[in-house]
Amino acid sequence: MKNFISIVNLSKVYANNFKALDEINLEIEKGEIFALLGPNGAGKSTLINIICGIVTSSAGKILVNNFDIKKEYRKARSLIGIVPQELTLEAFETVWDNVCYSRGLYGKSLNSNYIESLLKELSLWEKRKSKLRELSGGMKRRVLIAKALSHEPTVLFLDEPSASVDVELRKDMWGIVKRLKQKGVTIILTTHYIEEAEEIADRVGIINHGKIIVVDRKDELIKRLGEKKLILELQETINNIPTILQEFNLELSEDKKRITYTYDTKNKRTGITTLLNLMRDEGINLKDMNTEKSSLESIFINLVKGSNNELLRS
Amino acid sequence: MNYYGVKAIYLHEMDRMRRTLFQSLVSPLISTSLYFIVFGSAIGSRIKEVDGVAYGSFIVPGMIMLTLLTQSISNASFGIYFPKFTGTIYELLAAPISSFEIILGFVGAAATKSLIIGCVIIATAGLFVDLNIAHPLVMMFFLIFTAVTFSLFGFIIGFWADNFEKLQLIPILIITPLVFLGGSFYSINMLPEFWQKVSLFNPVLYLVSGFRWSFYEIADVSIFTSLATMLFILFSCITIISISFAKGYKIKN
Repeated sequence: MKNFISIVNLSKVYANNFKALDEINLEIEKGEIFALLGPNGAGKSTLINIICGIVTSSAGKILVNNFDIKKEYRKARSLIGIVPQELTLEAFETVWDNVCYSRGLYGKSLNSNYIESLLKELSLWEKRKSKLRELSGGMKRRVLIAKALSHEPTVLFLDEPSASVDVELRKDMWGIVKRLKQKGVTIILTTHYIEEAEEIADRVGIINHGKIIVVDRKDELIKRLGEKKLILELQETINNIPTILQEFNLELSEDKKRITYTYDTKNKRTGITTLLNLMRDEGINLKDMNTEKSSLESIFINLVKGSNNELLRS
Repeated sequence: MNYYGVKAIYLHEMDRMRRTLFQSLVSPLISTSLYFIVFGSAIGSRIKEVDGVAYGSFIVPGMIMLTLLTQSISNASFGIYFPKFTGTIYELLAAPISSFEIILGFVGAAATKSLIIGCVIIATAGLFVDLNIAHPLVMMFFLIFTAVTFSLFGFIIGFWADNFEKLQLIPILIITPLVFLGGSFYSINMLPEFWQKVSLFNPVLYLVSGFRWSFYEIADVSIFTSLATMLFILFSCITIISISFAKGYKIKN
């Protein structure tokens, strides 16, 4: 797939000497949904704010569809739409006027048909004459999306789209994001809801302390970094793990009825057959067994923890 | 050039005036009428003429300048400060629009509002006193340039201010005293010699004097000095804004 956004050696140091981004290199493919995950203060918002022109970088280069965001900012920015994290809207304007204003800012003449279809798609048409202060939080979030899409961008940045929205709206937003992807819009979202990334993202990037720790396709990431657990339900309780099984690092549940074996799926030999044979020899009989794959969330936690430990060591 | 962007900002700002029509238009009208009653009638009954012009007519240019300056500053400073305050400034920063175009939109709207108010005040003044505009083109030139220059100045204040107190600080503490002490309601020839010299350091004196010359061909200082002062203030404002925008001062991190 063609790269749509290229970020090369991007760094950001704020006036108070806080290094928010540290030599970030990242490629975003055209038409994909890319989720940027990271704990609070990791540098997610700084990164997208720099790409959108809201924050200035200290070093590095960013190309959007091969347009340099500094030298060719008009061409680069006209391709970008941004939905900010905060519900920042004028209070006294109507929905219609405010969305039309955004389209004008991006250098486009009024297209009433397009704005109408956009408002209808976002379930805002009935509210088009309402003042923005009269809208609920969820509706305001929709207005921000409408504003970001008002100039028909080809790349959309969503900064924490699910922050302070209810479950229903969150599902609606995922639907909107999926429909935009079908239309060919590239979507980059920052989130700390792993569930969100797992649900809608094609690729995932994890950022911590201003550094990208890992970037990969979501499924590959789960396959590559994920572990699997074999959970064995016992017919009778056992008091402790027999010595012969110690090498498998088994976990015995508190009720002594379940043994968990964690193994790496990438290994040629997982050790499952040997384990089961040894258990049979020890006279441990099984009632049931099942496997569990680690989620993106557990991978995220492990990676961030590892990155934090590395930082402490250095 | 992003014409649609400039138009969007301009109409967006003008719409604010429409929404607050009473405050925007009626309030300066009431103030002007009060000035006529207090200065024109009360003081005017004691001071018949200044430099051969009836006192009521003499104060009209000064009153227009007073309103023009305060309105230009307040419209432009609020226009740019409000998006900073609400956080909607992100849209301006992320849009494919240059600093010059942003200024054009905001300052254009602020200056337009002030000009509308200025014209309404001239019309209102005509109801109270005889108005004689000797040089209408020069008068329009002063009117437009003052509105633009002080809208730029207001833009700088809105740019610099990070709270509502700072937004009001310069207009209240500096601009209003300068206008009142800048010969708006008197000729500096009426002051003792020392204060005449002090008044020459007040830039507003040159604006009021030049503007009054366009009405009655009487001035405290030469019309060319007034024009040069006005252009100096205009270019100073443009320079400060250009540098501030280029550095993203108080807007971009």
